[in-house]
Amino acid sequence: MKGNEALAEAAIRAGADAYFGYPITPQSEIIEYLMAENPEELTGMVVLQAESEVAAINMVYGAAGCGKRAMTSSSSPGISLKQEGLSYIAGAELPCVLVNVVRAGPGLGTIQPSQSDYFQAVKGGGHGDYKLIVLAPATVQESVDYVKLAFDLAFKYRNPVMILSDGIIGQMMEKVELFEQQPRLTEEFEWATVGKKPNKDSVIVTSLQLQSEEQEKVNLRLQAKYREVEKNEVRYETHNCEDAEYLFTAFGSCARITRKAMEMAREKGIKVGLLRPQTLYPFPVDAFHQLAGQLKGILTVEMNAGQMVEDVKLAVNGQTKVEHFGRFGGMIPSPEEILNAMEQKIIGG
Amino acid sequence: MSENLITPENLVYKKTKSMTDRILHYCPGCGHGTAHRMLAEAIDELGIQGETVGVAPVGCSVLAYYYFDVDMQEAAHGRAPAVATGIKRVFPEKYVFTYQGDGDLAAIGTAETIHACNRGENILVVFINNGIYGMTGGQMAPTTLEGMKSSTSPRGRDVKSMGSPLKITELIAQLPGTYFVTRQSVHTPANVRKTKRALKKALEYQKLNKGTCFVEIVSNCPSGWKMTPVQSNKWMEENMFPFYPLGDIKVPEK
Amino acid sequence: MNEEIIIAGFGGQGVLSMGQILCYSGVMQDKEVSWMPSYGPEMRGGTANCTAIISDEPISSPVLNAFDTAIVLNQPSMDKFEDAVKPGGLLIYEENGMTRKPRRTDINICSIAAYDESVKMKNTKVFNMIVIGGFLKVKPILDLENVIKGLKKVLPDRYHHLIPLNEEAIKKGMDLIKEENKLN
Repeated sequence: MKGNEALAEAAIRAGADAYFGYPITPQSEIIEYLMAENPEELTGMVVLQAESEVAAINMVYGAAGCGKRAMTSSSSPGISLKQEGLSYIAGAELPCVLVNVVRAGPGLGTIQPSQSDYFQAVKGGGHGDYKLIVLAPATVQESVDYVKLAFDLAFKYRNPVMILSDGIIGQMMEKVELFEQQPRLTEEFEWATVGKKPNKDSVIVTSLQLQSEEQEKVNLRLQAKYREVEKNEVRYETHNCEDAEYLFTAFGSCARITRKAMEMAREKGIKVGLLRPQTLYPFPVDAFHQLAGQLKGILTVEMNAGQMVEDVKLAVNGQTKVEHFGRFGGMIPSPEEILNAMEQKIIGG
Repeated sequence: MSENLITPENLVYKKTKSMTDRILHYCPGCGHGTAHRMLAEAIDELGIQGETVGVAPVGCSVLAYYYFDVDMQEAAHGRAPAVATGIKRVFPEKYVFTYQGDGDLAAIGTAETIHACNRGENILVVFINNGIYGMTGGQMAPTTLEGMKSSTSPRGRDVKSMGSPLKITELIAQLPGTYFVTRQSVHTPANVRKTKRALKKALEYQKLNKGTCFVEIVSNCPSGWKMTPVQSNKWMEENMFPFYPLGDIKVPEK
Repeated sequence: MNEEIIIAGFGGQGVLSMGQILCYSGVMQDKEVSWMPSYGPEMRGGTANCTAIISDEPISSPVLNAFDTAIVLNQPSMDKFEDAVKPGGLLIYEENGMTRKPRRTDINICSIAAYDESVKMKNTKVFNMIVIGGFLKVKPILDLENVIKGLKKVLPDRYHHLIPLNEEAIKKGMDLIKEENKLN
C-alpha cells in the first residue's frame, strides 16, 4: 500500500472517532482514502473536510475535548497554520494525533520530501512551553503501526502526538501488515465534556488561567509529564553499533538511505553503525551518550540544513565529534554522497 | 424580621439552575449577564443541562464557562464554530452552542462562522454584537458603525479606509445551511423575553437536525462606548437598531 | 536477488502502474518490494518516473541514484537515466519515442517496439504490458502467473475482463524484445 493510504487505513483500524483535514500535497491521499472508504458506515468514524487547516485542528480540539480519538493530517505549510490550535490542545491537555507529511520550505517551498520541520515538531512549534510526542516512521509498516501507538500515547499522557512523515514515506508503496480492527472508545473520561453529571462540577476544557500562580502550576504539571515521557517512551533502533568506530544517525526516510550508505561503508571495511531515533521527542539522549565513548565521530544525515544535529550534540556533550550532512529543498541525498560525507567530514576530517 | 421573609412562598426570583454562583465580571449595565441568563433559562426550561456542551470564545465572554453550569470548552479566538463542529460531530445527540462576540465571530473567525453555517452544523450560535472590542479596551470591531469612535478609530470609523460595518447575520441568513436566523436585544423586559423565546426555539430546533440556528443579540458596551448604562441603551436604540434592525431574518418554512 | 529498477516516460504511458504491477507481482512471489513515484508537477502531463525494487532481503533505501535496470520510454528519460544504469546493468528503451540511440557500451541494451505492437493489438493501453513482457524475458525474476495476480491487484475490477489481453501483451513483449548490445 501507498504510505499515506496505509496510514489512513490504520486510522480507521485504530478505532479513531474523527478525522478532520484539509487537502495539501503530498498528503491528500489520507483524506481521499478516508472519504472513499467511508468509515462512518464501517465504524462510525467521522471524516470531515474542513474549510482550512486552522478549522481542522480546532475541530480536533472539540472532538478531543469530548474524550474521543481525533486526528488530523497536513503537510508543512498547513502544519504551521495548525500551531495555534496545537498549543491550545497541549495547554488544555487533550489527546490527539496529527500527521505531518513534510515537504520542503520555507514558505510555499516545494512539494518534494524534506525533514525541515524537525525543529517545529520537537520543540513545541506554537507558543508557550509545551512538547509534542513525535514519532518518525521510516517504513510504510511503521506509518501504520505508529498510528495506533500515537493514539495510545496521546491518551496515556493526554498530549498531542505527531507522526512526522515525509513525501517519500507518504508516496512510496511497500508491503505492509495491517493490525486488526480496534473498537472505538466507549469510555467517558472525567476530563471530557460529555454533559454535566448531576451533583458533579461541570467539566471545563480550557488553557486559560488568569492568575500567574495557577498558570505556573499548569506549566509545572506539564513539565512533570514531559519528564515521564522522556523516562518511558524513548524508542530507537541500532544497526552494527557493537563494534562501530563511526556512527551514522538519521531518522525517517533518510535513515533508510543512510542505511544503504552504511552497508556500502561496511563493504569497504569501515566500521560504521547506524542509530535511528524512532521517537524524536523524547530523543534517545542516553543511547547517544552511551555510544559516544567508543566512537571517533558521528555524522547526522538529514534532509534539512542541520536540525537534529543540535540534539545529537547536546546528547553527546562533546565526547566525540559530530557533523551534519544534509540535502534540502526537496533534494534527496544519495547513499554515495552520504558515504562520501562520512569519509570527508568524519573519517578524513 | 428579615429572617422571616426568606421563605419559599415569598420567593419571587431565583438563580436558574444552569448558572453558577460565581459573580459575573462584566461591567455594570452590560448586556452579557442578561444574555447569559436567558440562555441558561432556555436550557433549564428544556431540561437539557446534562446534555449541553457550550463553547466559549475569546473576548469579554472568555470566562463564560465559569457562569454557565454546563460542560464547556474554551476555544481559540474565532474558532468556536470549528470547535463546536468537532463536538457536535462526535456527539450528534448533544445540544451544542457557541457564545461569541463580534470580533470573535465576524473578524478573526469569519471563515469558521460562515463555513460552519454553510455546512449546516446543528449547533446554536449566539452572537453578541456591541460594535466594539470590549475586553481589549474598546478597539474598532467589524460591526462598529460608520463614524463611531473607538480607540483604533479615534476620529470615527472612516468606511473608505476601514470598511463598512459588517452585517454578518444577514450574510449568514443567505446560506442554505442555516435554519433559523434572528436578531434580538436584551435592553428592555419585552426584548429580554423575546430573546429567551428565540434561544429556546433555536435549541429545540437542534433536535430536528435541520441546520444552524443563529441568534444575534445587539447589545451595549457602556465602558467601551464611554457612556452610562442608560445612555448606552438609548444610544443603541438610536444608532445600532437603525443599522441592525431587530427581528427574525430567516424562519423555518412552515 | 535484488533488482533495482527505474521506469521513466511521459505521463499517461503507464509508467507508474508498470512499477506497481512489478511490485505487486513481487509480493505475490513472496519478495520484498518498494515503489516510489516521482510526484508533483510531472504527474500532470510531463515526464514521470518511478523506482521499483524487488528483493529477497528487506529493502533499505527506497530512493536510489544507480539502478540495475532502466526502462526509458521517451528521449528525455533516456537522457536522464542512461548514465544511472550500473555498469553491467540493463537499459531497455522504446524505439518509437527516441531521436538517438544509447551511447553506453558497458551495459546491456535492449529495444522494444511496444507502441507499434499495441497499435496492432488495437489497444494502446497495453503498451506498458508489452514493455513489462520484454523486461521479464531479459530478466526472468517473476513468474508470469504472479504477474497476472499482481495485475489483478492494480487494475480496478471493471477492467478485469482485459486481463487476457494484457497477458497476451506480456507474451508479445517477450517475443519482441531485441538485444542491441550484449555484454559477455
